[in-house]
Amino acid sequence: MNKTTIHSIIKTKDLSIGYQQKKQQLIVAKNINITINQATFTALIGKNGVGKSTLLRTLTKVQQPLSGNVYLKNKSISAYSHKELATELSLVLTDGLPESQLTVFELIALGRQPYTNWIDKLQANDISKINWAIEQTEITHLKDKKFYELSDGQLQRVMIARALAQDTEIIILDEPTAHLDMHHTYKIFLLLKKLVATTGKTILISTHQINLALELVDELIVMKSNSIASGRTQDIIESNALETLFPKDILRFNKTLQQFTVNKKN
Amino acid sequence: MNTHKTYSKQFVILTGLLIILFILNISVGSVSIPTKDIFSIILGDESIKNSWKDIILTIRLPKAITAILIGTSLSISGLLMQTLFRNPLAGPFVLGISSGASLGVALLILGSTAFGGYFLTSTFSSWSIAIASSIGSFLVLSAVIIAANKVKNTMSILIIGLMFGSFTAAIISILSYFSEAAQIQQYIFWSFGSLGNLNWNELSVLAGISLVGILFSLLIIKPLNSFLLGENYAKSLGINIKQSRVLILLITSLLTGATTAFSGPIAFVGLAVPHVAKLIFTTSNHKILIPATAITGAIVLLICDSIAQLPTSELILPINAITSLFGAPIVIWLLIRKKKLYV
Repeated sequence: MNKTTIHSIIKTKDLSIGYQQKKQQLIVAKNINITINQATFTALIGKNGVGKSTLLRTLTKVQQPLSGNVYLKNKSISAYSHKELATELSLVLTDGLPESQLTVFELIALGRQPYTNWIDKLQANDISKINWAIEQTEITHLKDKKFYELSDGQLQRVMIARALAQDTEIIILDEPTAHLDMHHTYKIFLLLKKLVATTGKTILISTHQINLALELVDELIVMKSNSIASGRTQDIIESNALETLFPKDILRFNKTLQQFTVNKKN
Repeated sequence: MNTHKTYSKQFVILTGLLIILFILNISVGSVSIPTKDIFSIILGDESIKNSWKDIILTIRLPKAITAILIGTSLSISGLLMQTLFRNPLAGPFVLGISSGASLGVALLILGSTAFGGYFLTSTFSSWSIAIASSIGSFLVLSAVIIAANKVKNTMSILIIGLMFGSFTAAIISILSYFSEAAQIQQYIFWSFGSLGNLNWNELSVLAGISLVGILFSLLIIKPLNSFLLGENYAKSLGINIKQSRVLILLITSLLTGATTAFSGPIAFVGLAVPHVAKLIFTTSNHKILIPATAITGAIVLLICDSIAQLPTSELILPINAITSLFGAPIVIWLLIRKKKLYV
């Protein structure tokens, strides 16, 4: 990014996340102070079970923080109504869709709901936004298909198009390449990178494709069981935060290659 | 949502079919009246035989209109339940809502003898039956929803609905055991289902409630469509999930409660008709599906009622038997042919 000034768009302050179970608090992670900058492609990485999904759910107000605060554009996220939030951030989740007969176009059009009237009527502006989203994600040939006819890779691009059509500054994707092969995983990463560059949107993903993220994203949030750090990919690498991400018996972070590699048997 | 293609062809054909079936339905019965004279009677011609006029105006016409209202209401209820629970097997019956209505009516008719016989000699007005039925269906539906919020698993919700069904059935058996034969008979006849019991006053009450329910269902097209993505996406689109859920449940209990009150528990229409509509219109967009389901429901119940008449015979079969007799094979056939049912 060649921006002279970098603005933060999401910021957390002494955030503690987890679940409130009657009188007991189940703390998943605490002391979270991270920043996500405007118009960056950011990846949230960490091993299984460390709380990535809980953090994303808290950042998107699906779940309440145990303590501390999340700020969206310098305003506490609790001050946003769900309706207001719908015009600020859009989501691509890992939830499967119920079996319906929605077409790809209709599915993407649902992204316009925050702007449509009570009967969901699409205005010219809505249609042009939908078509723009379809072009950006290169799915024009799929637009009249039923969504259940699509492959996983195609469906993921449709879900991204739906988020684009929602016309929000921030798009948050939970493991967008979970079921995809290598080719389609790259395709999604490159698409997201392109979208950040061409549209100036802020994109945050959680992912297990760490090597790919190291190669392609602007910023990283590294989540470990006792600490969490965010910053530019290079800075994170320099800070040696990745060395202790996994137990060292199988994988090791290779600083020269800037990739994780499998330990060679001696 | 953009509908992209137009569905006017299907709508025109179905509306035409509805009109033809409506006329056919009025024409069949134990007394044969020429269609030409039926039109004259409806248009207010005084020169037609009085007995014919009575048959048409006090029996056949209210019954045909009842069939349309009830077919429409139950089918829309089923559609709403299928979308809310994101389960193609949901419907007023499966979720125990109709059992709730039955329980309400049973408590009123049978409970009066079981609990001291204060009302013993009174016959119950359609009003009190309607209210008892609506309260019953609303209570059971609320219980199902509270349970649904706790378990979140759709399969469990359906099982919970079935359990409520057997629970209410058990209470009804106990009530019957302590009731007088006359009350039991009144309740059993109510539970057979009938479209022919309504006079014009009761019909206008049913029509009022149905229209309110149907109009409200049009107001929730947007949340219904967003539910097609699942609740998390719906929430991220700014939809107020709790409020929408309560609205859907209120509309469903209003429609199911009112229809069950006036015509008894009519099986299978609520479950099967939305699938027939989804098959004909191949869409999940509720802007299309709600009117489509409404028309299809009216058509299906008119057909069932015409069959129940056993044309040219004096006999009228219970409507409930006919809907199940045809509903069950239709659902099986849909499943085998399409291999899949959609929400």
